[in-house]
Amino acid sequence: MARTRLFLLILPAGIVFAAFFLLPLAQLFVIGAGGKDGIAAYAAIVTDRNYRASLVATVLLSGGVTLATLIISGIAGVFLTRNRFPFRPAVTAMLTFPLAFPGVVIGFMVIMLAGRQGLVGDVTQWVFGDKLVFAYSMAGLFMGYVYFSIPRTILTVMASAEKLDPKLEEAARSLGASPLRVVWDVIIPGLMPAFVAAGAICFATAMGAFGTAFTLATRINVLPMVIYTEFTDQANIAMAAALSFILGAITWLVLAVARTAAGSSVAAAG
Amino acid sequence: MKKRGGLFWFQLGFTLLIVSFLIVPVILSMLAGLTVNYQSGLESGLTFRWVTAVWEGYRQTIFLSIALALASLAATLVLGVPAAYVLARARGGWARAIEELLVMPVAVPGLATALALIVAYGTWGGFRTSWTFILVGHVLFTLPFMVRSVLAVMHAIDLKTLEEGAASLGASFGQRFFQVILPNCRSGILAGALMVVTLSMGEFNMTWLLHTPLTKTLPVGLADAYASLRLEIGSAYTLVFFVMIVPLLVAIQWAAREPRARRMERA
Repeated sequence: MARTRLFLLILPAGIVFAAFFLLPLAQLFVIGAGGKDGIAAYAAIVTDRNYRASLVATVLLSGGVTLATLIISGIAGVFLTRNRFPFRPAVTAMLTFPLAFPGVVIGFMVIMLAGRQGLVGDVTQWVFGDKLVFAYSMAGLFMGYVYFSIPRTILTVMASAEKLDPKLEEAARSLGASPLRVVWDVIIPGLMPAFVAAGAICFATAMGAFGTAFTLATRINVLPMVIYTEFTDQANIAMAAALSFILGAITWLVLAVARTAAGSSVAAAG
Repeated sequence: MKKRGGLFWFQLGFTLLIVSFLIVPVILSMLAGLTVNYQSGLESGLTFRWVTAVWEGYRQTIFLSIALALASLAATLVLGVPAAYVLARARGGWARAIEELLVMPVAVPGLATALALIVAYGTWGGFRTSWTFILVGHVLFTLPFMVRSVLAVMHAIDLKTLEEGAASLGASFGQRFFQVILPNCRSGILAGALMVVTLSMGEFNMTWLLHTPLTKTLPVGLADAYASLRLEIGSAYTLVFFVMIVPLLVAIQWAAREPRARRMERA
């Protein structure tokens, strides 16, 4: 009786999920193997020179963005948990504020900063007499991805920093450790589970991000843009399907592995 | 109070620099949307001309986005709250497995989910061209946020004891669900609802592939405007988006603080 009820209650969500997610995903997989290359299309991401180049570019960009974001969130997050000063809640709120901005809007924010009529251009024009414009390149994309990654990581880092024991740092300091050593040997290991969890979210989001690249330049060679071009301009639906299936598998795997890793190290620390 | 050394000021400066990196472009774009000519600066005067132009050209996108957000909310409430209850009550591996599955549309890029929907249902003419095609995508993407948020509250309260108490007083399952369980999960439902509405309003990655010329949402219209219209109109449009999304973001932060404050009161 109770079991039947539980089953009936989850059934609507299950049906919608199976019909509109699992089934389409399975179909995507089949179509990916149905092009002129057959099942080999799934290997094209490493065997084809162009796709491999965009995979490498996307992984490097996402890795760089993750590293930069964790450093930024680490410094700002530890600072905000350790210190009390006026407007501190407002500062924290502003750091998480762009969380729900869509990628297109973030692309536009990069244009406002580093585009043809952007702030960076105006300032460099005024100081050096030369306009610096980098919004429509990999550097602009990097900037945009860091922009949307900070709000996604800062709260996780802050929650973890709150649990750090200041006594450990005092002990290290009284044993003669330099501030840098304290950061490297005490603070960073303490924050590691948060870094793994937040870093995985950063990396996966950056790998799959589309809106920002779409706003900035259609010619930037990142994987989601390549998939989009295959689908619309080349009408190569099989290749678009295979590439997006692989991309989805990568991001899902990164998140799953990080959840397991972070989970076990949290348990180990407790 | 501790003495504040150089390190404090360095970290404060760094943090404020990051804050301005996030906030300055928002302010710049709001100003640009209200300036007669952004290139010549504020001296050219302030105007509502661009906001009016956006309203005339793109108000359909605003209405559609609001409708989609509310429809997603309704769907995630009907599908997600009972699902969260099941996941909270059922012990064992399969509940965990179902939870993992339900979260997948967040882990998989929107582009892939949208392509999958198109290859599966793209040939169903009436469905493909209607706004419900976009709704399906939004529900898939926002459902995990509703489920997770309600589930978190259900794990925090003692669901089983509450229900047994009500059952011992002779309450039927319907009475227990609507009069005991739901009121106790209010904060989770509220937080989930705010998240669903906000994410649906801002969704672009999936919607860009799912939309048709007659079903453009606000973010789709934004991408259009950025690509083809002058900076002032793109900015004014962004301003309209901010006006809609910022109250929601503030409400999310308020709702997130609420349970913690309540717990402290109890303690």
